[in-house]
Amino acid sequence: MSSNTVISAQDLSLTFQTGDGPVHALKDVSLDVGKGDFVSFIGPSGCGKTTFLRCMADLEHPTGGSITVNGVSAEEARRNRAYGYVFQAAGLYPWRTIGGNIRLPLEIMGYDKAEQARRVSEVLELVDLAGFEKKFPWQLSGGMQQRASIARALAFDADILLMDEPFGALDEIVRDHLNEQLLQLWDRTDKTICFVTHSIPEAVYLSTRIVVMSPRPGRITDVIESPLPKERPLDIRETPEFLEIAHRVRDGLRAGHGDEV
Amino acid sequence: MRNLLPVLTIVTAILVIWYAAAVALNAQWVRDQATRAGHELSLPALVEATWSQDKPKLPAPHQVAVEIWQTTGAMVLAGRGFSKRSLFYHSWITFSSTALGFLLGTALGVALAIGIVYNRTMDMSVMPWVIASQTIPILAIAPMIIVVLNAVGISGLLPKAMISMYLSFFPVVVGMVKGLRSPATMQLDQMRTWNASPAQTFWKLRLPSSMPYLFTSLKIGMAASVVGAIVGELPTGAVAGLGARLLAGSYYGQTIQIWSALIMAATLAAVLVGLIGLVQRMTLRRMGMA
Repeated sequence: MSSNTVISAQDLSLTFQTGDGPVHALKDVSLDVGKGDFVSFIGPSGCGKTTFLRCMADLEHPTGGSITVNGVSAEEARRNRAYGYVFQAAGLYPWRTIGGNIRLPLEIMGYDKAEQARRVSEVLELVDLAGFEKKFPWQLSGGMQQRASIARALAFDADILLMDEPFGALDEIVRDHLNEQLLQLWDRTDKTICFVTHSIPEAVYLSTRIVVMSPRPGRITDVIESPLPKERPLDIRETPEFLEIAHRVRDGLRAGHGDEV
Repeated sequence: MRNLLPVLTIVTAILVIWYAAAVALNAQWVRDQATRAGHELSLPALVEATWSQDKPKLPAPHQVAVEIWQTTGAMVLAGRGFSKRSLFYHSWITFSSTALGFLLGTALGVALAIGIVYNRTMDMSVMPWVIASQTIPILAIAPMIIVVLNAVGISGLLPKAMISMYLSFFPVVVGMVKGLRSPATMQLDQMRTWNASPAQTFWKLRLPSSMPYLFTSLKIGMAASVVGAIVGELPTGAVAGLGARLLAGSYYGQTIQIWSALIMAATLAAVLVGLIGLVQRMTLRRMGMA
């Protein structure tokens, strides 16, 4: 564990007790995420990628091993509001405007009115939604709503951004656009991002590291360091380097599945 | 205006059925009278007679309308709009216990719902009692409530309001429990990621989410409150209120008075429920939910 490690998991396990017996959602997962990393978690459903993210966020409690976030326990990190979490659905409150939704965590955290207003307009600018502050969520498209939910996660300026398939419900074109914007945002803000996805191109395009996971029990089968430059236009996805990483990810996914396919 | 035709059609149908029923129910008495007096009745004379009795089994709509006008509008014109013979006066008496009972019932209902949602023990223990409370016929316990409260020195408005409360808290509990539990797991997780306090989660998420449920419950609760207030007036031997008018009417066979009191009560309930609908529309529009 080096000095710039932000998230560190050691032999992390989580077993759910169900009527059909125990389910090993995570088994002996160890991973260090460094400051400023963009780490993608990819794998078939049931591989524990979302559970792993929820453990970082203290939304699930591991049954074995340890996890630290910013050097403290996940629970303490949550109490310190160390991360912003973006869910698969935008989950904006229909009775609040876009601005009101972004203000929500700021109100909860006790920022004063002037500071709230300043941060709301700042993050709206950041996700390219300036001018939509007074609109209600239903007046926005699905992609814009998801951008607003990212803005909400950014509003209190946590160093870590945890994203659980944030673009999973959006169509390909919107998704490409948001991926591009997310990379620019990461470049500008220098945040550490953990990103759960089940799309290989998305994982390869976005990440500095790709964590390949496999199910039953949920575990890490491969960690791939991306050699791609930080500057990534969309057409980087046709270069041989890109295709080579994508190929390795696919191999990793297949190996994890080997006994069943 | 688009709704006018269907509404008028239904109203006309009701009036036709009502007039026909008045003829059928009141004809026997008219025939007996005619036989005793020893003269024949033509059909038009029979029909005319069934619609103009003093104490008919079923008064005709225009008789009820005349009675209502004489005890409301005509008295207002005569400057006695609030005399003890005016239906406005009696409606006001019933309204005051309805309103107090409704407020108490809503407060009790919301409080119980919060307890049930936030406290596991209450969740397991209170709900069966809430449901059991509504299986007891209100007519059976209304006199007991009045008597018991009277014995401890409480009389007047409050005992009647208690009966309204008893009927109106139930829909509020059921609706608010559902409403306060309506936020998705994801929304509650989200609050957790922001380390929101339970109070913040309640005020910013659970309570606003429950608003559509609350208003639906309030409408049912308000209608139940009117029924409760009228029932509360029956066993007290009350001299005022729409319930007292109903009771007095039935003592003296004044069917026209009974029907006019009934229609006044229905109008009162409709106006009150309509008012809640109005508040609902304004609130939900301000919340961007309608």
